[in-house]
Amino acid sequence: MGLMEKIFALLEHGPGEHWGVHPDDRKRPAADAPLRVLPLPERLHVPLQQHIGAAARPIVLVGQKVLKGQLLAEAQGATSANIHASTSGTITAIGEITAPHPSGLPCAAITITADGEDRWIDSEPAVDPFSLAPKDTAARIAAAGVVGLGGATFPSALKLGLGLRAKIHTLILNGGECEPYLSCDDRLMRDFAAEIIDGIRIMLHATGAQKAQIGIEDNKPEAIAAMTAAARKFAEISVCPVAARYPMGSEKHLFSALTGQEVPADGRTTDLGVLVHNVGTAWAVHEALRHNRPLVERIVTLNGGAIAFPGNIRVPVGALVEDVLAYASLKEVPARLVMGGPMMGSLLPHTRVPVVKGSSGILALTAAEAAAYDPGPCIRCSSCVRACPVGLLPLEMSAHIAASDLNGAVDLGLKDCIACGCCSFVCPSHIPLVHYFNHAKGELAAQGRTQLRNDAAKRLAAARAERIERDTREKAEAAARRKAERMAQKAAEKAAAEAAAAQEAAGTAAESSEVTT
Amino acid sequence: MIAAILSLSLLGLILGFGLGFAAKKFAVETDARVAELEALMPGTNCGQCGFPGCSGAAAALADGKASPTVCPPGGKALIQALAAKLGVSVDLSGVADEGPKIAAIEEEICIGCCRCLKDCPTDAIVGAAKQIHAVMREACTGCEACVDRCPTGAITMDPVPITLQHWVWPKPLSEGAKAWA
Repeated sequence: MGLMEKIFALLEHGPGEHWGVHPDDRKRPAADAPLRVLPLPERLHVPLQQHIGAAARPIVLVGQKVLKGQLLAEAQGATSANIHASTSGTITAIGEITAPHPSGLPCAAITITADGEDRWIDSEPAVDPFSLAPKDTAARIAAAGVVGLGGATFPSALKLGLGLRAKIHTLILNGGECEPYLSCDDRLMRDFAAEIIDGIRIMLHATGAQKAQIGIEDNKPEAIAAMTAAARKFAEISVCPVAARYPMGSEKHLFSALTGQEVPADGRTTDLGVLVHNVGTAWAVHEALRHNRPLVERIVTLNGGAIAFPGNIRVPVGALVEDVLAYASLKEVPARLVMGGPMMGSLLPHTRVPVVKGSSGILALTAAEAAAYDPGPCIRCSSCVRACPVGLLPLEMSAHIAASDLNGAVDLGLKDCIACGCCSFVCPSHIPLVHYFNHAKGELAAQGRTQLRNDAAKRLAAARAERIERDTREKAEAAARRKAERMAQKAAEKAAAEAAAAQEAAGTAAESSEVTT
Repeated sequence: MIAAILSLSLLGLILGFGLGFAAKKFAVETDARVAELEALMPGTNCGQCGFPGCSGAAAALADGKASPTVCPPGGKALIQALAAKLGVSVDLSGVADEGPKIAAIEEEICIGCCRCLKDCPTDAIVGAAKQIHAVMREACTGCEACVDRCPTGAITMDPVPITLQHWVWPKPLSEGAKAWA
């Protein structure tokens, strides 16, 4: 092929397969260990915000007895999700607990002291989801507090509703699980393939999509086999193995790998008629619709060099990381504790942090695994440019941010950054590139909030000025009116007095005339 | 008929030229930037900048008598917007943005005198005579106009607590500074 043809091919198809990184996945032996169940902890701390959007509003009181699956807090606002009790017991506190968030700040949480019975709340028998209207199916999914279990925790019912409105034709199920160490989706697909397929069929019904594709990375052959076997009966559902590469589990990248199309920078996959959901979400939908069970537990991967028995474990929402680590037993004191994957997960400040709906893994890393290097100067090798799955220039963007030129970084496409961490991973100078981008995005959001606040203050000040002016005007008018009334009254009194005087005078005149006559 | 049309047209023409000439000749010179800058300012006229209201501050900015960091309630966003409008560069890292503050009323000391709520430029304080007053946090701009009005010293300026929704990743230390230190 000549050079010109190569250039044309590049222009037509883009750089093609040159994105992402291939980290050592370190998923086994944890992925192969059989699923275990966490013994019920004494106390569960259920945060009120485990989803994108507004925190749920508590509807229980301290001291109240609750059953497993009972509604603890209801969604408030357009984007929010219900929170349910993960076990039966007594509400002993509605307070705060450290959030599973890199800031280590507290979040509001409801504490349940378990009674040990783990008794489910009585619920009406489940109806056939296919006899319901798509809208009602979504409403039931919303009532069960189902959120996206891939990590973003967007309320699933809203997303399904979006798909219904956008008239999507294909549902993509994300079983990519590209983060190293994590295998919770792998385990779920191996052990609950039939349940996931049923959940997918319900989701197809709820969105009106015609077919579903399940994207699974080819480093999970057991999961591919299990899902293929379970999907055999349904022609509309197909399993599509994709190449193992980080970040294949990103919505837009899995979409590109399966359809060959690219999502525009400012668009969503729904614009192209495709909705992407995690396989874990499909399982949660199955549980909600077939068994009337809200989302109160999930599978969490326990992995890392410091863990004696790595594997996957069913954990009730609200269990503390220390409970989980005590069950898995530590070989050594971990150098670093991470919730989620090593690429995008968040550092935990201590172990008294609850597991939430979006917690995919708990990693206890040894000093060797969590080696941190001092950053050096950029040598402009452009490794980050080749690694960036979105096609950005991380080295240029970080230079702008380092010089506090956030708008310069935005011009280079900061808003398209998915914070996957590929650039930081490959940087030979160990520059914390993705840290710069997270900082800049947060800073821009903060500036946006301040701007909104200033605009609101301006409106309030204008309204106040108008009110004061109106008040003064009305007062002046009222005063003028009163004065006019007073004058009128005075004039009337005067006239009356004059009339009376005149009458009197006339009377006296008459009298005197009478007298004279 | 024709005479009337002609005379009126002529009159209009002469007066139009006269007005046009006057507009050019006696035009009052105003800096167009002042209005633009004033549109950016919070507009609460709180006076923290030391100038007579937001329009005064905007005029001082346009004259170069004030720096873009003049407005404390505006925060970093306003500094950047002003600097961009004025075409000057500002080093934001030097700005001691010690975080926004908002007023809080100590309910034990408040006597319900209504003085503070009359002075609040954004009507952020609610209350009535002999009733304890309260600050609506969302509307308070932290201008401190109310603090000195309180006869019992019940109003304090508290920093806005950092929550999960407001937390921002800190800026990484510059790798150059670290490597060459």
